[in-house]
Amino acid sequence: MTATAVLDEPVSRAATTVNDCTIHVATVNGSGSQSSNTVLMRSIFQMGVPVSGKNMFPSNIAGLPTWFTIRANKDGWIARKKEVDIMICMNAATAREDVMALQPGAVCIYDAPLNCKGMRSDVTFFEVPFAKLAGELSQDSRLRKLLTNMIYVGIVAERLGIERDEIVTAITKQFKGKQKAIDPNVAAIDKGMAYALENLPAQHRWRIERMNATAGKIIIDGNAAAAIGAMFGGVTVVTWYPITPSSSLCESLIDYMKEHRIGPDGKATFAIVQAEDELAAMGMVLGAGWAGARSLTSTSGPGISLMAEFAGLGYFAELPGVIWDIQRVGPSTGLPTRTAQGDILEVHYLSHGDTQHIALIPCSVAECFDFAGEALDLAEMFQTPIFVLSDLDLGMNNHMSDPFVYPTKPYRRGKVLSAAQLEELGGKWGRYLDVDGDGIPYRTLPGTDHLMASYFTRGSGHDTHARYSEKPADYKATVDRLAKKFQTAKQFVPQPVIDRRPNAKIGFIAYGTTDVALEESRYQLRTEHGVETSYLRLRALPFTDDVKAFVEDHDRVYVVEQNRDGQMGDLLRLEVGDIQHKLRKILHYTGLPCDARSITDSLLQMEQDGTRVIKIGLGAEAVTQTIGED
Amino acid sequence: MAESVLKLPNEAAAPKENRLGLKALDYQGGKSTLCAGCGHDAVSNQIVRAFYEMNVKPEKVAKFSGIGCSSKTPAYFLGRAHGFNSVHGRMPAVATGAMLANQSLISIGVSGDGDTASIGLGQFMHLVRRNIPMIYIIENNGVYGLTKGQFSATADEGSKLKTGVINDLPPMDLCALAVELGCGFVARGYAGDPRQMVNILKAAIAHDGLAVIDVISPCVTFNNHDGSTKGYAYSKEHDELLHQIGFVQSYEQIEIDYEPGTMREVTLHDGSRLLLKKLEEDYDPSNAVQALQRSHKAIEDGAMLTGLIYLRPEKKSFLTLLNMTDKPLWSLTEAETRPPKEALDQIMRELM
Repeated sequence: MTATAVLDEPVSRAATTVNDCTIHVATVNGSGSQSSNTVLMRSIFQMGVPVSGKNMFPSNIAGLPTWFTIRANKDGWIARKKEVDIMICMNAATAREDVMALQPGAVCIYDAPLNCKGMRSDVTFFEVPFAKLAGELSQDSRLRKLLTNMIYVGIVAERLGIERDEIVTAITKQFKGKQKAIDPNVAAIDKGMAYALENLPAQHRWRIERMNATAGKIIIDGNAAAAIGAMFGGVTVVTWYPITPSSSLCESLIDYMKEHRIGPDGKATFAIVQAEDELAAMGMVLGAGWAGARSLTSTSGPGISLMAEFAGLGYFAELPGVIWDIQRVGPSTGLPTRTAQGDILEVHYLSHGDTQHIALIPCSVAECFDFAGEALDLAEMFQTPIFVLSDLDLGMNNHMSDPFVYPTKPYRRGKVLSAAQLEELGGKWGRYLDVDGDGIPYRTLPGTDHLMASYFTRGSGHDTHARYSEKPADYKATVDRLAKKFQTAKQFVPQPVIDRRPNAKIGFIAYGTTDVALEESRYQLRTEHGVETSYLRLRALPFTDDVKAFVEDHDRVYVVEQNRDGQMGDLLRLEVGDIQHKLRKILHYTGLPCDARSITDSLLQMEQDGTRVIKIGLGAEAVTQTIGED
Repeated sequence: MAESVLKLPNEAAAPKENRLGLKALDYQGGKSTLCAGCGHDAVSNQIVRAFYEMNVKPEKVAKFSGIGCSSKTPAYFLGRAHGFNSVHGRMPAVATGAMLANQSLISIGVSGDGDTASIGLGQFMHLVRRNIPMIYIIENNGVYGLTKGQFSATADEGSKLKTGVINDLPPMDLCALAVELGCGFVARGYAGDPRQMVNILKAAIAHDGLAVIDVISPCVTFNNHDGSTKGYAYSKEHDELLHQIGFVQSYEQIEIDYEPGTMREVTLHDGSRLLLKKLEEDYDPSNAVQALQRSHKAIEDGAMLTGLIYLRPEKKSFLTLLNMTDKPLWSLTEAETRPPKEALDQIMRELM
């Protein structure tokens, strides 16, 4: 993302800060706070202020702590920010921890029984008797619980200056115009606003004021964006197995397809199958690809591990299919509801033997949309599994975007020989012959009505005509051609986005959701420290040739990513070979999305003392661990 | 012992060409590389014969398999059909995907007892549950042949390996399992009884839905000795017929006279008729409880139960339930699968 930086006059901390704050809501999961938090976020969006909302939730249905973070920023910097300006404490289990983590000068709205005010003297506390207020709204205990959440929205809105009309609009949208649901929620907003006006001291530190930076924009999560992209990209076979954080991709797809992909005969132009596990989901995708369909599945790390054997079959037998990996924190079950970029190496080399996979790496919801169609094309063009590496932060959180652009290019269906073409060739063809010199052979589909159409697909050794072979020369020729095909892919995958600044000696390389924090960090470095940096954002594997050129052109290149070992950094070291000493690693892997300040602080330290790897820590200290030697 | 096959009147001598004008040779595959005398080759021969006699165009067929000796066999029949030798135990998923992409394919899978009853048991069960229209053959010999003779999960209790090792675990009855999971067509054949086998295969081709056929197919190299319960000698001796089986094509004008109460006749999806002549007991293949009872008893008796174990031709296939458009999904174009710009505009407006 390239946010337009608007230089403002410096604002003193004591003065009012307009359209630049983070709101942190601490609740218990299962309490139904999601709707309220979405309403709060959307009403800021409707005020024209750039905003993001991130849900940090547990892998649990009810009873564990959950947090929702809203960041509003007039300049468009809406990556996660570590500092919390306004805290809403609703969870007894975490109240002390939540309060102690606040910056001095923060505002804390809390549920009266939590009695937070004694915990600190440098925070402004607003005590609210939520139970009493909700009791005045409804006798129904379940409804009271839900309305409690809407009351805090009313209080925050009143204290920040968010207009009531915008909240009502957001509520109407949230409850899809159902008046029965809208009325009590609006009553709860009014209850909160009135309470704030009558009982709480004034708050001038943070304000939300109307501006015009969100007109015409949409808010959507990456999984839904990918689903829409796949639908307009002509997906026909979808197979999946439920796993957080990927389930909502196929679930969104089901909803959209039911609405937009039923033909005039009342029948579906698609098949969506919930498989018995990820192995089956992957097998179905490849079987469908083999038979000529544009097929996809979505999963996360544990599912990717299970798909390893089939991924090798897809690579070696040359079968199309698209696999979305919505990355979460591993290894093993890991943190199922937290974000990471930890599957880079696994996906790239998934399966035994010499495998290499093409992967696309979107950084925004718009790229999720675009790459969904792109991946279906590439799978058919290259007759191989195409992986798309998203992550939980992109897939499940809300992101602002320009509306998606309708695709007008025809589908690229790859090298498929029809019966008529076989006839022209006199039936002479070889399934794995490299006719065009690009490593990509021709195929036929089962059912093709020609005497010479058939061939035998196998994961065992084969020759150019798909005959079983264990001959050394046949094996070597096959895997060498596959390597050539991988080289060909460089010209067709999404190219990196490069922002080269004149005279910049420092370069950044990042990818995926690190982008939004990295752009903000570059802004901080430029405006606060006078450090100019260039930036190359990777969008795919294999690397294109300009990646090495970028490293050559800079003195030091900082690879920023969200995993412990710097997986992309290691791939880059292999790629750039003799100039790998220029590479540095900045790593963020707490399960929370990367923030800008941590990158900025790390880079400044590394520039100063020559540290080659920084593993970003938690809390106020950005850097808790440095490693001198990599 | 009774004949396994019903003798039909007016049975014409086999024609030199089928109704498509193809010869039996057009249904052959590559040369088998299995051991001489392997039961699997006998099954392949009957597959060739059944597809030839059922007038199925080989180009319309898709062949699938997993891994193992049995899974090599799709290369040895129907050479004019596309074949897919997938990974161990996971052929059902691949076949399911292919059928979703092109529901006009006629699909046949060949697996083994290792491939289906152990590593692939989960996928097999879900294939049955989904009722994907295909023929699923398990060439069952009680051992892993390609890895040189370890017991499989269908080995009978007390049966003996060549090395003298005794199997002390109970056998898995894949037919009973398929009945339990609601499969619409469950049969068991024996590689040593080709005439029964071809009748079962023809009925399977005529059936719309999953047809599970467990074929006792002796391994001459690793499981055909004294003490083996899946060898030729033992199988021949313990073959217990459920009925005599006869198959009449939809276009054949064959009238059969029989005493009332001695014959069950089932009309299959394509209009052909399956005739099941009563032997000692009146076996009703539409009765799942009776099917399971007989299967359990056979295991207790050490018998090899063959014939049509369970048949429910009316059961809806998964492809029907999905309500897919008639044109195969793979062949759909932008005009059919890319919604208009107004659809995207509407979705975008809802997100603003």
